[in-house]
Amino acid sequence: MKIAVCVKQVPDATVHKRIDPATKRLDRSGEAALNPTDLNAVEEALRIKEAQGGEVVLISLGPSKAAESLRKALAMGADRAVLVSDEAAPGSDLLGTARALAGALEREAADLVLFGQASGDGDGAVLWSAVADILRRPVISQVASLTAEAESVTGKRQTEHGYDVITAPLPAVVAVSDAINEPRYPSLKGIMGAKTKSQETLSLADVGVDAVSAGEAGARTTVLDLGPPPSRGDQVKIEDDGSAAQKILDLVVERKLL
Amino acid sequence: MKSLVFLEHHGDALEKGGLGVLSKAASLGDAVGVVLGDGAAGLAAGAGAYGASKVYACEAPELVSPLPQPRVDALATLVEQSGADAVLFAASVLAADVAAGLASRLGAGLNWDLTNLSVADGELVGTRPALGDTVLVDVGWTGGPRLAMVRSGALDPVESGGTAEVETFETAFSEFSTLATLVEQTKEESSGPSIEDADIIVAGGRGLGSPEGFTLLEELAAALGGAVGATRAVVDAGWYPYSTQVGQTGKSVSPKLYIACGISGAIQHKVGMQGSGTIVAINKDPNAPIFDFCDIGVVGDLHQIVPKLTELVRSRG
Repeated sequence: MKIAVCVKQVPDATVHKRIDPATKRLDRSGEAALNPTDLNAVEEALRIKEAQGGEVVLISLGPSKAAESLRKALAMGADRAVLVSDEAAPGSDLLGTARALAGALEREAADLVLFGQASGDGDGAVLWSAVADILRRPVISQVASLTAEAESVTGKRQTEHGYDVITAPLPAVVAVSDAINEPRYPSLKGIMGAKTKSQETLSLADVGVDAVSAGEAGARTTVLDLGPPPSRGDQVKIEDDGSAAQKILDLVVERKLL
Repeated sequence: MKSLVFLEHHGDALEKGGLGVLSKAASLGDAVGVVLGDGAAGLAAGAGAYGASKVYACEAPELVSPLPQPRVDALATLVEQSGADAVLFAASVLAADVAAGLASRLGAGLNWDLTNLSVADGELVGTRPALGDTVLVDVGWTGGPRLAMVRSGALDPVESGGTAEVETFETAFSEFSTLATLVEQTKEESSGPSIEDADIIVAGGRGLGSPEGFTLLEELAAALGGAVGATRAVVDAGWYPYSTQVGQTGKSVSPKLYIACGISGAIQHKVGMQGSGTIVAINKDPNAPIFDFCDIGVVGDLHQIVPKLTELVRSRG
């Protein structure tokens, strides 16, 4: 089975995130990492490949430095990576991002397209469905356990009301939840091997997307203004030295919550 | 401005979230609603009381299961038919997939995670907290139709006592839209104190280490007269029932006191509890995001602190 996994480079969790006031976009200049929940999608793809054979291809949209983050997923065991990188791409909204990914996915013609749950930088929690509509494929989201067979996939997913089990014929798009598995750590052999794996970089034109359909030019949404949020008031952070329980109780009593 | 509001229902009532968005939309201009699936026509009229001037209903067999893609077909048909400038959603697992699919289908812009909607210079504006709610962003659209999805629980339904005309409509379905099928559905009923009504919630996450860790939280909740909540991660792991899940795909709660134990504070959890009055966080990781939005944060071992706190509360009598 050929599996394409959509992954994204996001600012590292330890980086203090800021929005650049000039571009009104997230400042992506600092330390970056692969979006943590994308690792669940990579892990699931590897497990399917290990059980059934096939190929795992990473698909990403981002700046050229995203190639470094893709190497981590290659080290986990993915076979190769395709990065769509184009100077016209920054500023893409949902639509532009979905078009670029769908273009790259069309080229790969994978049996199964996997997404992780949501990206750590506020994008992507809705991406899979937008991509599925462009590809005209069935979609199953929030999947907490997945069974892949030769011709179909069946996912158990969580909703506000309980669990749904949904099945769809391949080719299909599936978004997995972060509860589906524990992503493996790359082995030393995997890390060494990743250096020689194929990492292809494509432009928007290569994936059949007009530069005006993506990036800032193609965005149908816009940021008008930035401001501070309403304050939560004073915050106290303490290290427990044995007295933390008492301090919590004092606050609760002081605020008349008991 | 004419808004079309997606009114979700599971069973015999319209969801509160959709009605909240409808009430807001009606305060901003003409608002019409749409109800899709089993019993849609019967439920549609009820939306009039929340400000809908008209409610569209479609009960095609393709819309019986709670799956997104047939709903994209139906809404795409209706946007054209109704001439709506905006299509508004209350966030849910289903609505997110419907809204994103519709954005692609119509080549439209979608803004999500909004906490409010307003109109400035005749155009729709959304309010979106970003970067863990440290920045408040005003978002807009470069053209129509404008698609917006509001955070669950952000807008409350307001009864205005109006009535709505109900119009049934037909739609065609794309071949790929009906390929996914629902094979099984399990509804979970809650037992014990409801976290939605509790003034105090003691919630646990992965940091509990094991399902047994919840015993500590149950004891503290009992001493405080509160309820126990859980994160998605531990619910998915089977440690605690789904009915207690707080967050994006669980419940939005706003108790007077929320005690988060071993919860990192991922955004999907935060959206369900940040409306709480006082937030206490206990976590051994000093870098856990929850420390950015709590009133008192304790870096330490919950297995030490929680039993001690329970004892202290009990000893107050």
